[in-house]
Amino acid sequence: MLLKIVKRPEPSKAMVYLTPIMALILTMLTSMVVFTLMGVDPIEALRNFFIVPINNSYGASELFVKGTPLILCAIGLSVGFRANVWNIGAEGQLTLGAIFGGGLFVYLHDVDSVFLLPGMIILGAIGGALWAAIPALLKTRFNANEILTSLMLVYVATLLLSVLIHGPWRDPDGFNFPESRLFSPSATMPIIMEGTRLHFGTILALLAVLGTWLMLAKTLVGFQVKVIGAAPKAGGYAGFSQKKIIWFSLLFGGAMAGIAGVSEITGPIGQLLPSISPGYGFTAIIVAFLGRLHPVGIVFAGLLMALTYLGGETAQINLGLPVAVTGVFQGMILFYLLACDVVVHYRFTFNSLGRVAR
Amino acid sequence: MNFKTIASLMGAAAVAGTMLVSGAASAEDKVGFIYVGPVGDHGWTYRHDIGRQAVEKALGDKVKTTYVESVKEGPDAERVIRQMAADGHKLIFTTSFGYMNPTLKVAKAFPNVKFEHATGFKRTANVGTYSGRFYEGRYVVGKIAGKMTKTNVIGYVGSFPIPEVVRGINATMLAARSVNPDVQIKVAWVNSWYDPGKEGDAAKALIDQGADIIMQHTDSPAPLQVAESRGVWGVGQASDMNHFAPKAQLTAIIDNWDKYYIERTKAALDGTWKSDDTWGGLKSTIVTLAKFNDAIPADVVKLAEETRDGIIEGSIHPFMGPIKKQDGSIAIEEGKHIDDGTLLGMNWYVEGVQGELPK
Amino acid sequence: MTGFDWLVPVILTVITAATPLIFAGIGELVTEKSGVLNLGVEGMMLVGAVSAFVTATLTGNYILAVAAGAAAGMIMSFLFGILTLSLMANQVATGLALTLFGVGLSSLIGQDFVGTPVKALAQLNIPGLTDIPIIGPILFGQDTLVYLSFVSVIAVSWFLYKTKAGLVLRAVGDSHTAAHSIGYSVIGIRYLAVMFGGAMSGIGGAYLSLAYTPMWAENMTAGRGWIALALIVFATWKPSLVMVGAYMFGGITILQLHAQAAGLDVPSQILSMLPYLATIIVLVLISKDQSRIRKHAPACIGKIFHPAA
Repeated sequence: MLLKIVKRPEPSKAMVYLTPIMALILTMLTSMVVFTLMGVDPIEALRNFFIVPINNSYGASELFVKGTPLILCAIGLSVGFRANVWNIGAEGQLTLGAIFGGGLFVYLHDVDSVFLLPGMIILGAIGGALWAAIPALLKTRFNANEILTSLMLVYVATLLLSVLIHGPWRDPDGFNFPESRLFSPSATMPIIMEGTRLHFGTILALLAVLGTWLMLAKTLVGFQVKVIGAAPKAGGYAGFSQKKIIWFSLLFGGAMAGIAGVSEITGPIGQLLPSISPGYGFTAIIVAFLGRLHPVGIVFAGLLMALTYLGGETAQINLGLPVAVTGVFQGMILFYLLACDVVVHYRFTFNSLGRVAR
Repeated sequence: MNFKTIASLMGAAAVAGTMLVSGAASAEDKVGFIYVGPVGDHGWTYRHDIGRQAVEKALGDKVKTTYVESVKEGPDAERVIRQMAADGHKLIFTTSFGYMNPTLKVAKAFPNVKFEHATGFKRTANVGTYSGRFYEGRYVVGKIAGKMTKTNVIGYVGSFPIPEVVRGINATMLAARSVNPDVQIKVAWVNSWYDPGKEGDAAKALIDQGADIIMQHTDSPAPLQVAESRGVWGVGQASDMNHFAPKAQLTAIIDNWDKYYIERTKAALDGTWKSDDTWGGLKSTIVTLAKFNDAIPADVVKLAEETRDGIIEGSIHPFMGPIKKQDGSIAIEEGKHIDDGTLLGMNWYVEGVQGELPK
Repeated sequence: MTGFDWLVPVILTVITAATPLIFAGIGELVTEKSGVLNLGVEGMMLVGAVSAFVTATLTGNYILAVAAGAAAGMIMSFLFGILTLSLMANQVATGLALTLFGVGLSSLIGQDFVGTPVKALAQLNIPGLTDIPIIGPILFGQDTLVYLSFVSVIAVSWFLYKTKAGLVLRAVGDSHTAAHSIGYSVIGIRYLAVMFGGAMSGIGGAYLSLAYTPMWAENMTAGRGWIALALIVFATWKPSLVMVGAYMFGGITILQLHAQAAGLDVPSQILSMLPYLATIIVLVLISKDQSRIRKHAPACIGKIFHPAA
């Protein structure tokens, strides 16, 4: 008797919703064993990872604060991934967004205008898109693989920010420390929930999710993205331009990442620092796939990912678990979630004797 | 994972368990530490955690220490600091410059919690600042380096061109030139606090350009290891790194937060804590020097000890005029020394240092 | 001779900087040739580095240590294989998750070994040969792993292009359905390729913690796994070009440090950008020839294979 994996004729709707729960149960069971072996009360550990961080309104708001940049980057990347455009440089595009948006403030810091913040957001989107335009140009014009170009530009972007913050954009009253002036109120995202850090950037992220959803479902360009991704040749026959889609998906991804960058500096950070993202652009790649490249899925995946970070912090404070445990735990949850996906498209059968599962 | 770790994890779990049973009003007071790197970086964060352990050892019956490691500067820092404050910590040490504004924001919301921010310059009623005058250690090392170099080139592996690092380079230069007017300093920036491979490569490049003494302002022992294998001198950073380079390490400039952390924790416990600025050097023991290498000639050791003692007594100030900047202009005239405010924001090289700082 | 004296130590530095990249790159190249994209190189290198270091510290046996590094990398990649090959999970996301997992796992394993020194891997010293000026130390004065890196590049080239097994592996990467219909076990071959990649990443990590900077510190790879991944793209999936890329990348990194030490009037951050920019520019130059890329790039990379599909 052999365990066989058989492809379902079409993805199972029920399983789409059941798999996260399966993954969660498996994670819990494994963690029970792991934490017990480590001498930590497993119930307490799981409570600290999943419940304590969000058991009050402040904690819950933090979930969205942490999730916002992840969702913004992931939603932008998902369009490219659907079209087989491998932009893995969202981190760099996020940084350029912050440079462009933050740069506007650095030069107009004494301007008190309601147009300052919108201007920063728009410039941030342009900055991110321009940075992503480099891989797009090199791909369409010179056939250079975007995995390499977008990744290398991440390092360049970080160093560029470093030059600016260690040099001309330093706070003139900051004893030459590497940070910009603090942003004025007119360059700061409005808080949307009193007493928390939940800011307008989260609304931007949700609007981006909605917009992307509509675009993919209702517009021609969304249709083209999906067709080219699923069957490039068919797209070619239909007269869709592959180059156009490469340009579109990179610029879109770059703009979203750029907005994420501005949202971070004008939201929870409040100034330009030499390092403005703990790798959101990379984590967003996981979020995009965890959300199955679907806008709604990405929202949930982004929040779940955010929760594991918050949980890791809580577990460190309350249980004294080292941060390394968070990494291992995060990896485990992701493994289970990704592995459980198999049952959406496939089913397991026990293949005995003549029943050939083909 | 060995028994010790498991045991300590079990201990932590037990404490956490009792804490949860007894609720928020725990009999023990809590002191929190927030670290920018992993405690296993063997550099900056590692030394702060040694300080935390010293608090635990000295006052373990009265306080419980907690820490969160690898907290990125920015939004994450603010959340973690707030969580600690809300969680009933009495005193919170935030141990990286980038935590300055997050610390201030949280401190405003929690006026009854005390905060200690390392290497910053903004204070409020419940936020104090502290840092080390590491340049004093470097000044002593500079005297040794000036005497010991044969090629008259000191190689300096830098992290980022911030005032803290520039100050160290200048102090080294002033001391080295005071005993050997032909000394030059060459600087290679790795643009990272922590990348062992690249730090080592930078040290190699400096040695290949004639340096026979390697100094570093990055966290890993890699430059020192390179010095050892290439047969030149090196200087340990943050910890005594003698076991990484027993032949090459002239001495090490050690960050030593133990005494300070214990004092401040005691003050917070007995209610005498007040917000202030501590910028402690050799005298305060926040900066200490490791044992001098046996290969250093006696007269040089004597010079180094005299310099150290002079700084401790106050008869020697590393930035005593006359000092010329790299471009030849006068930084400070004879008889005066550079004040702390200027030192804090130092962004120019003294005469003799090669290379340019970002403007 | 005096004119070239400075060159020898520079070349030696470049070689040590490039060697971990070659190991990880050449291993991942074989993985990718079979049609699998494993972005977990950084995580596998770290676990390899710490396992090798711990073994070296506890046993003092460096052969065992390198083997432990390879085995640890292999176990990590096996995990990746179970998820992506047997359970058909998304390769990109699983690889990234593997990196998160590896960073955490390696620091858990290594937490009692931080700050412990270990003797560097011994360097070859053949009296007479190693003493030859200039080429002596370069050709005959390296540690064993450097020679192994040369050997592995040659061996992988030979395997991929001169053996039947290599042909099959490439066939699996180019068209898994075709390879399957001829009767090859696509999944089995991919498992082997993935695990070879893991083992090589592990050795790359071992090189870091035993030879390059003989110590263990958390996250000591500092992004080298990503550079290795980029170098495969750079090399347009040709083994010899992985080596060229690694030396070019290492070379420019070292040269910019030399430029800084020489007091060049340019902000260090701008100089630090050079290796990345140079890689992009060279890729653009070599990518013009589309037919060559198509010849070497595995067509099925990243695509999930299911026998019944």
